[in-house]
Amino acid sequence: MKLIIAIIKPDRLEAVKQELYKADVNLITVNEVLGHGRQMGVTEVYRGIKEMGNLLRKIRLEIAVNENFVEPTINAVIKGAQTGNIGDGKIFVLDLVECIRIRTEERGGTAIG
Amino acid sequence: MVLMFIAMAVTVLAEELKPVQAPVAGIQTAAPAQATQAPTGEALSPHGGPGTRLRVREAGYPLAGGALLKEGMTQAPMNDNGPKGLNVHSPHSGREGEAPTALLKEGATQASMNDNGPKGLNVHSPHSGREGETLAAMPTEGATQAPLIDTGDTAWVLISSALVLLMTPGLAFFYGGMTGRKNVLGILMQCFTILCVISIQWVLFGYSLSFAPGNSFWGSLEWAGLKDVGFGPFKDYAATIPHQLFMVFQMMFAIITPALMIGAFAERMKFSAFLMFMVLWATFVYDPVCHWVWGIGGWLKGLGALDFAGGTVVHINAGAAALMVAVFIGTRKGGGHKAILPHNLPFTILGTALLWFGWFGFNAGSSLGANGLAVNAFVVTNTAAAAAGLSWALIDWIFNEKPTMLGMATGAVAGLVAITPAAGYVSAPSAIIIGVIVSILCYIAVTLIKPKFGYDDALDVFGVHCIGGVWGALATGLFASKAVNPAGADGLFFGNPKLFLVQLIATCITLAYSFVMSLVIYKIIDTAIGVRVKEKDELMGLDLTQHHENAYTIIE
Repeated sequence: MKLIIAIIKPDRLEAVKQELYKADVNLITVNEVLGHGRQMGVTEVYRGIKEMGNLLRKIRLEIAVNENFVEPTINAVIKGAQTGNIGDGKIFVLDLVECIRIRTEERGGTAIG
Repeated sequence: MVLMFIAMAVTVLAEELKPVQAPVAGIQTAAPAQATQAPTGEALSPHGGPGTRLRVREAGYPLAGGALLKEGMTQAPMNDNGPKGLNVHSPHSGREGEAPTALLKEGATQASMNDNGPKGLNVHSPHSGREGETLAAMPTEGATQAPLIDTGDTAWVLISSALVLLMTPGLAFFYGGMTGRKNVLGILMQCFTILCVISIQWVLFGYSLSFAPGNSFWGSLEWAGLKDVGFGPFKDYAATIPHQLFMVFQMMFAIITPALMIGAFAERMKFSAFLMFMVLWATFVYDPVCHWVWGIGGWLKGLGALDFAGGTVVHINAGAAALMVAVFIGTRKGGGHKAILPHNLPFTILGTALLWFGWFGFNAGSSLGANGLAVNAFVVTNTAAAAAGLSWALIDWIFNEKPTMLGMATGAVAGLVAITPAAGYVSAPSAIIIGVIVSILCYIAVTLIKPKFGYDDALDVFGVHCIGGVWGALATGLFASKAVNPAGADGLFFGNPKLFLVQLIATCITLAYSFVMSLVIYKIIDTAIGVRVKEKDELMGLDLTQHHENAYTIIE
């Protein structure tokens, strides 16, 4: 079992979702987060006072999958989120120790799907 | 009721023109000299420059007070209406008048203080008979040359102007709530920008182009900078209120019309291009069409077309232009959503409420008087909005399982749009029919026609304002009745098919003109500086990229 965390641009979320559905990955958790990587931040000005280098809005996806879904999920996220520009985001893959479905108390691989 | 209204008018006028209280005091204590202590400067109406202030403070009132003292003294203190009679002296009108000689003599002692003195006098209003008895003596003195300002009418149109102004920020929230979080300031900013820009444009030359005597196409520059637009009435437009009040009431219409368009090209227009588009559009589309329909010698007016409060001038005009821009600027990038995904529906509902509230000024104010016609407009406005709101909610319920808040709000706005041209000519039962049908038509436009053709009229300006406006204009041709307004005409259902035809012609011409001219202006600006923002900026949102601001923080 793996936990896939993907940080993407907000406007790519819809495309990523569509790609994930195509890969038969339907269970995702989405968060709005702020972050900055290597690209420029944004300028904000309030009553003439500049605020530089602020954090950019990103979307963070959390997807728990069984081993055979890891590569399809990664590919789907890449396909949906890639524009080729700086700021497209990152994908982290973590080992997942346990997964429990609260309703049925099922554990492990059956609980994920 | 009448007393209440008078009391309201007094309060309002007192608010607007603080010095009015001075002469009241002067009269009650029979000491006109006190008026010289009248509040000055800041307290005065925004209309008056320093010169006006001087006249008002030192000359007009003491003199008027003096006249009253002599002529009306016995009645004024006994009657609780007495002091109210005083707000018939409007400082506005004083400026242009000739000095009525009778009063000059009457008030000579006070007048000698100030050479401007007598001018304050032609402000006496016979006040539409209401207070005629109390003040009978006054008008006979000065009335021979006096233009007749009705204070009730003036108070109502002043209030109405403020109500209509509030519609533009209301619209900003209506639209702002429907956009994404990253574009809400862009919408608010565009609405506010129009508020500022057209306010200036209108004073400088917009009003003159629209309303000054000219040819049948548009006015002239005769009244540019409000030259000759004074505080006396201009009979061809409004016989009982100051001309400048008519001007400012119309200004509010000129402001909200381009603002309506914003929804169509929301989330993707460059701010600089937007600014240029609005100034050119107001000048070359709004001002001429306004002149055709309402101006002296306007050719649609000559044709006999009825447009009570701006169905063609405002809604069809803006809706048609909105469609043009939406088609040519292209669909929004990113997200890939088909539906509007409103980021804050309560904003939209707040905006709807403000629009509805302001619309009473828009429609009932368009009677330009505090009279039965205004009441009719008020009642049918409310009735049509209610009927249309319910109608849309019902359609939602039938076709989409649940009644929706956004649907009801959209319906209410559509109803307000549809009743606008008809408000002064139709009865309340007709208003219900107009309201119910407009929601059906707009619903079809928004849910069937728009997806079929694939234009991205983001917030349905065409679907609601243009379709609703066209229906309203045609409905006027169907439901208008002389029983409601003898100055109007009978519609098709009251035995006069000709009116329907005229309404149809006026509608088509406005549509055609607005389509073509908006396209021309759009193309010019697109060629010169480019209308659309860069894709990168669009994806990041207009708030940050066009204005360097964020509406909401996620983490402080």
